[in-house]
Amino acid sequence: MFESIATALGPEFYQYLLAGLVTGLLYALIALGYTMVYGIIELINFAHGDLFMLGAFFALQLGIWVGAADAKGQATGQSAILAVAVMLVAAPVFCASLNVFVDRAVYKPLRTAPKLAPLVSAIGVSFIFMNAGVFWMGTYDLNFPALVPNTNLTPDWTVAITYQHLMVLLVTIPVMVGLTLFVRYTALGKAMRATAQNPTAAQLMGINVDRVITATFAIGGALAGVAAVVYGLYVNSAGYQMGFQTGLFAFTAAVLGGIGNIPGAVLGGILIGIIEKLGTGYVGDQWRQPLIFAILIVILIFRPNGILGARTREKV
Amino acid sequence: MSAAPQAPAPGPLLKVENLEAGYGAINVLHRLSLYVDPGEIVTIIGANGAGKSTTLNTVCGVVKTRAGRIHFDGRLLTGTPAHDVVRLGLAQSPEGRKIFPRLTVRENLEMGAFTRRDPEGVREDIQKSYQMFPILEKRQAQPGGLLSGGEQQMLAIARALMSRPKLLLLDEPSLGLAPQIVVQIFDIIKELNQKQGMSVLLVEQNARMALKVAHRGYVLETGRITVTDNAAALLHDPRIREAYLGE
Repeated sequence: MFESIATALGPEFYQYLLAGLVTGLLYALIALGYTMVYGIIELINFAHGDLFMLGAFFALQLGIWVGAADAKGQATGQSAILAVAVMLVAAPVFCASLNVFVDRAVYKPLRTAPKLAPLVSAIGVSFIFMNAGVFWMGTYDLNFPALVPNTNLTPDWTVAITYQHLMVLLVTIPVMVGLTLFVRYTALGKAMRATAQNPTAAQLMGINVDRVITATFAIGGALAGVAAVVYGLYVNSAGYQMGFQTGLFAFTAAVLGGIGNIPGAVLGGILIGIIEKLGTGYVGDQWRQPLIFAILIVILIFRPNGILGARTREKV
Repeated sequence: MSAAPQAPAPGPLLKVENLEAGYGAINVLHRLSLYVDPGEIVTIIGANGAGKSTTLNTVCGVVKTRAGRIHFDGRLLTGTPAHDVVRLGLAQSPEGRKIFPRLTVRENLEMGAFTRRDPEGVREDIQKSYQMFPILEKRQAQPGGLLSGGEQQMLAIARALMSRPKLLLLDEPSLGLAPQIVVQIFDIIKELNQKQGMSVLLVEQNARMALKVAHRGYVLETGRITVTDNAAALLHDPRIREAYLGE
C-alpha cells in the first residue's frame, strides 16, 4: 500500500519524507525541553523557542570567533571541524546555564503561585530573549555558516541523502537514546520520573525536588542548544524570529505526542516534521503554518492528552 | 559485627513540643506536644480535619513548622527539609498512599531506598518486602497505578520501610479499604513492631483498630491534643467510646 501511495505521489515523496524526518528530529529535541519542564512543574515554558534562537546566535558567534565564518556568517572554508566541535559543546552549556538562570530568577519565586503567573512570566521572558537577539545580531536574517557540506552522497538513488542529513541523524538520534537511558537508569533520571508523578511522595523518598527541577531546566536547555547548532548547520540561516515559529512547531509536537511524555515528544516531533514537509511539498509552502496549527487545534479539541498521553496525566 | 551494641539514645525517639503549623493564614496545629518512645506504637486519633496529617507532614518537613520544636533520635529536626528527613531515619507512608503510578512495583520499592548507597542491601530488602507482602512479588513488574487499594497500601508501607527507618509514620493506612484488608494491614503493623521492634506513629480515623494495636494514644481535636493515655485505657474511656468508637 505504501508503495502504491509513493508511486502516485511521485519520486519526490521519499525526498519529502527524509526532509520531514530530519526536521522532525530537530523539533523533537526542542519539544523534549517543553515536555520535560511541563512534566515536572506543569509550566509551558514559552521562552523555550527563543532560548533555541539565542543558542543559534551563540553558535554563530563562536563560528565567527573561531574563524570558520566571516562577520556575515558566510563559511570561510577554515577550521570547519573545530568550529562544529566547539559549537556542539559550548552552545548546549550556554543554553543550559541560561535556562537554569531564568528558572532561578523568574519561575522559582513563583513556584507556589497560581499556574498563570509563571506562564505569563514565560511569555515575558520570551520577549526579553527575542529583544536580546535583536540587540545581539540585528533584525535581518543572517547566514549560518555551511560548515557541513550539502553534497549528495547517493546520486544513483531517487532520494538524495547529504552530509547535512547524516549530521542531523548522527547527532539527534544518539542524544535522544542517551536521554532515554539517562531517565530510565540513573538515580537523577529516576528522581525526575518520580517527581513528575508525585512531587510530595518524591520528597518523602529523600529526593531534593529543587535539584530535580534545576536538572530538568539544564537538560531541556542543553537539548535546545544541540538543536540550535544542528538546525543552523542544516538550514544555514539564523534570525531573531527563528525561535518563535520553530518553538511553536515543537510545542505542537509536544502536545501531539502527549505533553509531559518523553517518547511522545519524539514521536510528535517526527510526525510534525513529516506533515510539514509533505504539506509544503504537495499543498504549498503558504499552507505550512495553517496546517500545523490546525493540527494543534484539532488535538486540543479531540485528544488533549495527545497520542501517548493517556498514561501521562492520571492521578491515583 | 565488630561494633559494640549501641545503647539506646536516652529519652524518647520522637519528641514534639508546642508545635504550631498550618497553611496560609490558618494555623492548623496549636501548641501540640507528643512523644514516641523507641519500640512503641503510638496512635493519633481524631476526626477528619483535626490536623492528624498536618502533624505527620510537619514532622516530615513537608509542612513548615511555625513555632515549637521537634527532636528526633536526639537531634533537633525542626527546619530540616523534607528530603533530608528520611536520611535521619524517619519514613512516611502518606495519606492516599501516593504510589508512583507509572513506576513498576519494584521501581516504587527502589525509590523508597533512594537515599541508600548499598545496592546489595537494597536488593535483600526488596526480597524481605516480598516475604512480608507476597502479592507485591507477583505484581513486581506491574505499574503501581494498576494495583488495588489494599495492594497500594502494602506497597506504600513496604516502600517506606526500604529506607530502613527508625520510626515509621503511617497516615490513615485503613482509608478506603475493605474490612478484611484493614485487619491484614494492622496485623502487619503489629508484627513489624513485635518482631522487628519498629517504632510506629500511626494516624487513624479508624480509632478502634488503631487503639487495638497501639501502646498509647493521643486524641486530636481541631489541632489540640485533648486526651492522652494508654491505648487500652482510651478504648474503655466512655468519652472516647462515644465520640470515636460509635457507641
